[in-house]
Amino acid sequence: MKNEPREIGYLTYDVLKKKVGLPSRERLAKGPVAIIECTEDIPCDPCVEACKLGAISKVSLTTPPDIDYEKCTGCASCVDVCPGLAIFVINMNYKEGKALVAIPYEMCPVPQRGERVDALDRSGKKIGVGEIVKVRKGKGATFVVLVAIDKDLAMEARSIRIQGAINE
Amino acid sequence: MGKNQRIQRHPILDFERGKKVRFQFEGQWLEGYENESIAAALCASEVKIFGRSKRFNHPTGWFCGIGKCSSCLMRVNGIPNVRTCITPVREGMRVAIQDRKGILPDEPDIKVAKKEEYVQVLIIGGGPAGLETAITSTRLGLNTLIIDENPIPGGQLTKQTHKFFGSKKEYAGLRGFEIARTMLEELRKCGGRYLTETSTIGYYGKDGKHKFLAVQKREGDYQLLGIKADNIVVTSGASENYLPFPGNYLPGVYGAGGVQTLMNVYGVKPGNKALIVGTGNVGLIVGYQLLQAGVEVKALIETMPCVGGYLVHASKLVRLGVPILLRHTIKEAKGEQYVNGATIIAVDENKQPIEGTELELDVDLILIAVGLSASTRIISQAGCEKMFVSELGDWIPIHNANMETTIDGIYVAGDGSGIAEASTAMLEGRIAGAAIAEKESYNPEEAKMIKEEAFSELSKLRESSFLKAVTAGKRRCQQKWDEVKSREK
Repeated sequence: MKNEPREIGYLTYDVLKKKVGLPSRERLAKGPVAIIECTEDIPCDPCVEACKLGAISKVSLTTPPDIDYEKCTGCASCVDVCPGLAIFVINMNYKEGKALVAIPYEMCPVPQRGERVDALDRSGKKIGVGEIVKVRKGKGATFVVLVAIDKDLAMEARSIRIQGAINE
Repeated sequence: MGKNQRIQRHPILDFERGKKVRFQFEGQWLEGYENESIAAALCASEVKIFGRSKRFNHPTGWFCGIGKCSSCLMRVNGIPNVRTCITPVREGMRVAIQDRKGILPDEPDIKVAKKEEYVQVLIIGGGPAGLETAITSTRLGLNTLIIDENPIPGGQLTKQTHKFFGSKKEYAGLRGFEIARTMLEELRKCGGRYLTETSTIGYYGKDGKHKFLAVQKREGDYQLLGIKADNIVVTSGASENYLPFPGNYLPGVYGAGGVQTLMNVYGVKPGNKALIVGTGNVGLIVGYQLLQAGVEVKALIETMPCVGGYLVHASKLVRLGVPILLRHTIKEAKGEQYVNGATIIAVDENKQPIEGTELELDVDLILIAVGLSASTRIISQAGCEKMFVSELGDWIPIHNANMETTIDGIYVAGDGSGIAEASTAMLEGRIAGAAIAEKESYNPEEAKMIKEEAFSELSKLRESSFLKAVTAGKRRCQQKWDEVKSREK
């Protein structure tokens, strides 16, 4: 089958919608919300522990996490603890025409506030240019980078490329 | 030469290299640091060729980095066959490419002192399984000792810079090297002992009494240890699988784990442009770590029609623009003295190369990430029975749920008992440690409780489809153990 995640190495938007279930248009309009792009039965649970609002749960250690989008406030405290770097926060309510995407980042150099960076989709393709709005040093040396980007790219932008970085 | 491959900035790691030292390589002075191994210091100075193979005179270089493959044997201060990857570099050391056989000088300058030891629990290997065995059994009141060949304790945890999956009890969310640090601190607190740079020579037990001979190396001095123990736990880990292809011997063809040791433990860049063969979790993780170390990853290749490891690990690489080529294998490593390119080729459904699909890649680094094999030499020599487990594609020591082998008082845990991963290795270590305490009546009730909890934790982890093969293999192993024991009766 084409676009089977294990054949292309990532989840497409359609697969995510079907397997994970994405927040509704209404929920997205309310403000920041986490999206957990994790569909396999990996024995793992730091995200459940990290969420103080109890929005993330697991049936057992090896089932993928479930997130309650109504409880989630998009605080991003799960983003930097996920060992798979698979959690992102989308804020569709950021600015006219712009959304804010929180991305876990562990490469050198660390992006700077105000810097313009290439926005990459899940396949590593450049889909636009974003602006770094905030960089927070998270738990265990993982940075949480907030990138402002055109709203229509928010569900696709999952990585950034900085000038001078490897694999540019 | 004269260049320096040491990593200057890294997003996760700060390298504590220690004091600068000067040493000789083939009569030429080079610089190293006291926390580096000889081989790492050589790689940092861009010395790629460590020796020549005995039969074909091929150049050899860094491969496994953990003392298992003998690709780095050199003459150090006149002594041949020194595993330079696990021997710290020291001021004034004379390092040389050895005659291929590695003949000892007539009067070797080796001082050997002898010492006898007795412990209740001797643990061979100080990785996650060994450390957890020691922490558990020491806390329950037993006198324990870990011996490990490497200069740095913690096993393969020390080179893992990614955050671990698993549950909180097995340190999920911490990075591997942080887990090693935490466990060593736990061990120190409960008073467990640990000897580094100490290799076992063999099992010399008789009449049901266990004894191992080991050699402890310290700054050029050697101490022969005769260690008597009531219980032995072998947590010897694994070695990396090799792959046959033309040029596979060339320096620059590294084990994926070997590369982790070089770049994450010693902070030395293994090369500049990499090809990774294999997309299991090791291949995927190392690919990401290469990017963190400033190495360009040209591609990962995989003979299977899908990625082998976790999708989340693959996604981390793919979204940074690293190509993963499925149904591809390596045809050849190019280069005379070391790698300066690779040819890859597409394969059909039967994994046979398809002529005419060759692709040339401009790389100076080829990582082999095609699985691991349990290190069972010491356990075999001791006489424990092994079995071939097809699910794991490996020979593993026959053991029961308590991790006891076919010989009373000899236990196994971790990858040495069947390849899995670190969290389950820790749990197996905890089970072995608690089972011994229970048997020896050291806080037996608490020991039993710890063991039962670990059993339930382990079965929870093994529900994952990624550990199916392990679960099936371990079940057959237990059946075989029962068979052997009923035969004995």
